[in-house]
Amino acid sequence: MSAESFEARVRQALYAGRRWHPVEIGFWILAFAAFLLFPRHLLLLNEITILALFALSLDLILGYAGIVSLGHAAFLGMGAYAAGIFAKYVTGDPLAGLFVGMAAAGLLGLLTSPLVLRGSDLTRLMVTLGVALILYELANSFGSLTGGADGLQGVMMKPVLGQFEFDIFGRTAYLYSLSVLFLLFLIARRVVHSPFGLSLRAVRDNPLRASASGVPNGRRLAAAYTLAAAYAGAAGALLAQTTQFVSLDVLDFHRSADLMLVLIIGGAGYLYGGLVGAIAFKLLQDAISSFTPQYWMFWIGLFLVLFVLGGREIIHGAVKTVAGRFARFGRGGAR
Amino acid sequence: MLTILFDGIAYGMVLFVLGCGLSVTMGLMNFVNLAHGAFAMLGGYVAVLAMQRLGLPFLASLPLAFLSAALVGIVLERLIYRPMYAKSHLDQVMFSIGLVFMAVAGTDWLMGSTQQFIRLPVWLQGRFEIAGIGIGRYRLFVIAICGLLAVSLQWGFTRTRFGSRLRAAVDDARVARGLGIPVNRLFALTFALGCGLAGLGGALGVELMGLDPTFPLKFMIYFLIVVTVGGTSSITGPFFAAMLLGVADVVGKYLVPQVGAFIIYALMVGLLITRPHGLFARARA
Repeated sequence: MSAESFEARVRQALYAGRRWHPVEIGFWILAFAAFLLFPRHLLLLNEITILALFALSLDLILGYAGIVSLGHAAFLGMGAYAAGIFAKYVTGDPLAGLFVGMAAAGLLGLLTSPLVLRGSDLTRLMVTLGVALILYELANSFGSLTGGADGLQGVMMKPVLGQFEFDIFGRTAYLYSLSVLFLLFLIARRVVHSPFGLSLRAVRDNPLRASASGVPNGRRLAAAYTLAAAYAGAAGALLAQTTQFVSLDVLDFHRSADLMLVLIIGGAGYLYGGLVGAIAFKLLQDAISSFTPQYWMFWIGLFLVLFVLGGREIIHGAVKTVAGRFARFGRGGAR
Repeated sequence: MLTILFDGIAYGMVLFVLGCGLSVTMGLMNFVNLAHGAFAMLGGYVAVLAMQRLGLPFLASLPLAFLSAALVGIVLERLIYRPMYAKSHLDQVMFSIGLVFMAVAGTDWLMGSTQQFIRLPVWLQGRFEIAGIGIGRYRLFVIAICGLLAVSLQWGFTRTRFGSRLRAAVDDARVARGLGIPVNRLFALTFALGCGLAGLGGALGVELMGLDPTFPLKFMIYFLIVVTVGGTSSITGPFFAAMLLGVADVVGKYLVPQVGAFIIYALMVGLLITRPHGLFARARA
């Protein structure tokens, strides 16, 4: 086998993965059509979109790079606070705020990436958890800047692109969030089907062999972690901008745990898992909390236990069968 | 200053009793049980209820807390924990977080979300002074009990047949199994013991740490610090880790209250970075 033909085959495989499947196109058309289909549930749809973006971020590091994290809320919170504070003290322009949120969270990701690259899965879980807790304590202590336990109030947003005012029905919010999600999804999709994405999966599946074949493991993982952090920051910024409020809740542990459940529901490693999971999760939450609001936590726990006991690929598998040829995307990613 | 140190030691002792069971189960089955705190909470509530509803004395409620937590531990280990051993760490973490959430919400539903208190017997209340150091009677009592437990655990771990089998199984479960050591039964026993100790620690800790339904979540990170920092291959590792944590936490909260729990998290991250395999870990292949 000559080097050229091998390279050609790799290129071909990457191209094949990059091609759009009709189901995907249908998915996005539906997502945008939801604006017209469910005009009275736009606030919920907006929440789903933000959660989906957050889950997409975790999927990037968990599904593709194999980094486990129990503290992903750190980046959500960082993005939310950065965007909120920026809007309060500098300017209320949403896109600038979004950029600031992403940059702040990305920077945090870059700075903390040396920590998560060390040790085993267990150490990673602990360190990510620890980083999130530290941020929580910091946000709590610097009350003058973050509002502490009362939350950051007085965030006023200007219209998106100077045209679209945020309203109480969430019309602008949903379209704005969905557009951001779609754009970032396109980028993520391009990234995971690039040689870079391929090398991430190589590192995930066999770090020793990957480094033997010339992949700079540490730097690749750090890059993926930073990217995912920026994505989570974008989700946080969207949350802060569309609700015009930031509370300590964005850094809370349950955010990270919920996120894991979302990804368990949807399945990791094929990008749509987070999106599908977010829809299922929010609908479930909405349905359950309408009759037992305070014990939602119990149900979430029960679902977690059942999913893990039953094998967490149940729904993922069902989605795959329904979507038929979705398997093509999961071939490299699904375990 | 020395009084604060003394309080820190008492706190660390309770943390040790709470966490040592977790470290052994983690070392033995490589199982990450974040729900360990739920057993501690169970012990705490059993002690509170036994004293309030049944009118039992404080000393009698302690063994009850131990037994009930151990019993629940055995049953749960049999029923739902066992299939988890072969799964990945991530699965185990998710599973036990699910258990924690259920325990938190379930306790909230059963007992209400208010803080629970224990009325200590008179001879444990108050404090006295020795050479200018204020010593709380209850804290002294806690240190005595936990110290006794630590010594006997250490003795059981290093000197008895059970202990040597356990150490063999922790070091290499496959070889131990090959030598005819009933690793599963050993593990069930150890798990029950660990849960029981957590329950006892929970009951002892009501006075020091408080008790409400969010207990497992609040202290999850503490147990994990004890285990990850102390390593899983000995009793002494978690013991010193718990001491360090207890003293650092109490001293930090007394001296610089505005930073809050920040200190211990920073301490944990720092330790994990410099010593990823625990403070006292042996080099492993």
